[in-house]
Amino acid sequence: MSIPFQLRGSKPTRQGFGEGLVVLGERYDNVVVLGGDITGSVMTSLFKERFPDRFFSIGVAEQNATTIAAGLALSGKIPFFASYGAFCALRNADQLRISVCYNEVNVKIGGGHAGISVGPDGATHQVLEEIAYLRTLPHMTLLVPCDYLEAKKATIAMGEMVGPAYIRFGRAAIPFFTRDDTPFQIGKAQVFRDGTDVALIACGAMVWEALLAADKLSQRGIQARVINVSTIKPFDVETVVDAARECGAIVTAEEHQVHAGLGGAVAEVVAKNYPVPIEFVGVKDSFGGSGEPEELMEKFGLTWKEIYAAALVAIERRDRGFIGYRMVKDVPRYDDVHANAHSAL
Amino acid sequence: MQEVTCSSYGVASASPRGGIERTPIFALCLHESFSMLMSAEFPVVFEMRTFDNRRRQPDEFAEIARMIRRDIIKSLVLAGSGHSGGPLGSADIFAVLYFGGYMRYNPQDWWTPRDRFVLSAGHMCPVLYATLANTGAFPKEELGTLRKYNSRLQGHPGRDMGLPGVETSTGSLGQGISIAVGMAMADKLLDRNGYRVFTLTGDGELQEGSVWEAAMAASNFKLDNFCWIIDNNDCQIDGRVHDVMSIYPLEDKCRAFGFDVVTVDGHNYHELCSAFDRFITNSQQECGKPTAIIAKTLMGKGVSFMEDRYEWHGKPPTWEQARIALRELGEDIPEPVTV
Repeated sequence: MSIPFQLRGSKPTRQGFGEGLVVLGERYDNVVVLGGDITGSVMTSLFKERFPDRFFSIGVAEQNATTIAAGLALSGKIPFFASYGAFCALRNADQLRISVCYNEVNVKIGGGHAGISVGPDGATHQVLEEIAYLRTLPHMTLLVPCDYLEAKKATIAMGEMVGPAYIRFGRAAIPFFTRDDTPFQIGKAQVFRDGTDVALIACGAMVWEALLAADKLSQRGIQARVINVSTIKPFDVETVVDAARECGAIVTAEEHQVHAGLGGAVAEVVAKNYPVPIEFVGVKDSFGGSGEPEELMEKFGLTWKEIYAAALVAIERRDRGFIGYRMVKDVPRYDDVHANAHSAL
Repeated sequence: MQEVTCSSYGVASASPRGGIERTPIFALCLHESFSMLMSAEFPVVFEMRTFDNRRRQPDEFAEIARMIRRDIIKSLVLAGSGHSGGPLGSADIFAVLYFGGYMRYNPQDWWTPRDRFVLSAGHMCPVLYATLANTGAFPKEELGTLRKYNSRLQGHPGRDMGLPGVETSTGSLGQGISIAVGMAMADKLLDRNGYRVFTLTGDGELQEGSVWEAAMAASNFKLDNFCWIIDNNDCQIDGRVHDVMSIYPLEDKCRAFGFDVVTVDGHNYHELCSAFDRFITNSQQECGKPTAIIAKTLMGKGVSFMEDRYEWHGKPPTWEQARIALRELGEDIPEPVTV
């Protein structure tokens, strides 16, 4: 059964985060927010305006902010700290590991401006590696919402759970398509569209692209299952293994390096439970660069076209078996696939 | 050779001989010469005595500090690894802080409302464990499990072990002070219960840049309930702090970062008491400034062959060295039996 959607224009996921924080602030007196000098960018400014007494500016000091958050949590507060994902997931990696996760404290991190779609800021600010790191941390909960509304639901949910959690969101406006009744639950991947020919497993902005790819595939008679993995950790093994068993071919899609992110997580559970061919769509072991978000998504191969082409390859591998030695980052070009209607290669 | 005995949750069993620690076999195996140690080994006894926390005359602390130092030596020789120099050098600070009425806590029920202490220099935990045991927070014989499998006395403090008095995991240098700042913020800016927050960093630790981020935040938020103790023995693993990477002038730095700075002889109880008194006054009068106490100490203080020698940063005494150390600290250990 597929979940109904309704495209309602576009909105950035960071807005969902900012609005979710205000909801939490209204519900809980012990929710506090730490600012890292870019409160407008990551929209913690909404909380700051509403609850100035519970907002503390820490300045450009992500290591300190992360660890101060641990101290606040050890004193009964629910601290949120948000910055660019590049600086609040990796620059403070050791603080997250020891003071937050080993301590197992109730610290919540908002990692904004994630992925290539940050656009003009360029490679330094386009974090593409943090899913890989964060999902290896014991006790961590890692959320990657697919649109504005899911980001808002996820933010509220992470504030209401106990323990360390991280939410990844982006800067650019992306399609806003989930509804109030679209199910969201931490730890549960949702089947957004049903099908049994191939499974398209995506997170974040790539979920919409996967839905587009599924539409195009259906025009070719291929029914793709689309799964939204909004929680990378803890990972929903059941939904993914069911997809492997029932579809026999998988494509993963993420705005992240193809190595060790969502694709890595899927590959681990599929290899362990029900091995089937997997194709990985993501950034292919390279850094980003400046440009407009759409240009960059095109350049780095993060559109429905790559998912579409990868689906055909995954199906071919399932049906034909070994088709040659291929790197994780080898993804066929859409145009090449179209040029040869009979083979994906 | 005695056998290893641990209960399921890692607490060494009380000995029928009244507190004599069983010597774990693998601790001995870590030493250079097994046969030599066989003969040098002696029964380790943790004195059951504990001390209460109250205003004291400066000369009352010597006895407590000596007890803490003996317990440090004993736990380290049984562990067969760990840090000797820093813990011995800071024992006087701990004696005054925990037993002079400056930190308020209930050793019978630690997690009730209390002042906080964060050992930012996590590797110095033998002195924290010995101090806590001397408050009565946990049985003293548990000191004999330091660094052992399943022990609550981890090689660096681990909050997951739930040892009373260990507020947070530390060990990655520079983080504890920020955690302490967060704790001080929680009370000063939100809860307003009048709690004090103490943290102790090493001096080599000050080379971690995030320490200064924490210092900046402490004065930015006017955390007069925050007391930063710097154990300034000028020793770190590779040598003298001023040779490895100078942190000086320290007093000027702390002052520039907005602290009320007191420099004391870290082995002079009178000076330590005045420094903590000054912090309490700052805190009670809400002076708007955090307090930094720079305690000039000697690494390994109290044990002649360790004093002011950076080589003792990260190693434990051998059994023979432990015997000499304990004798210097006023506990008579019989001569080894020739095998």
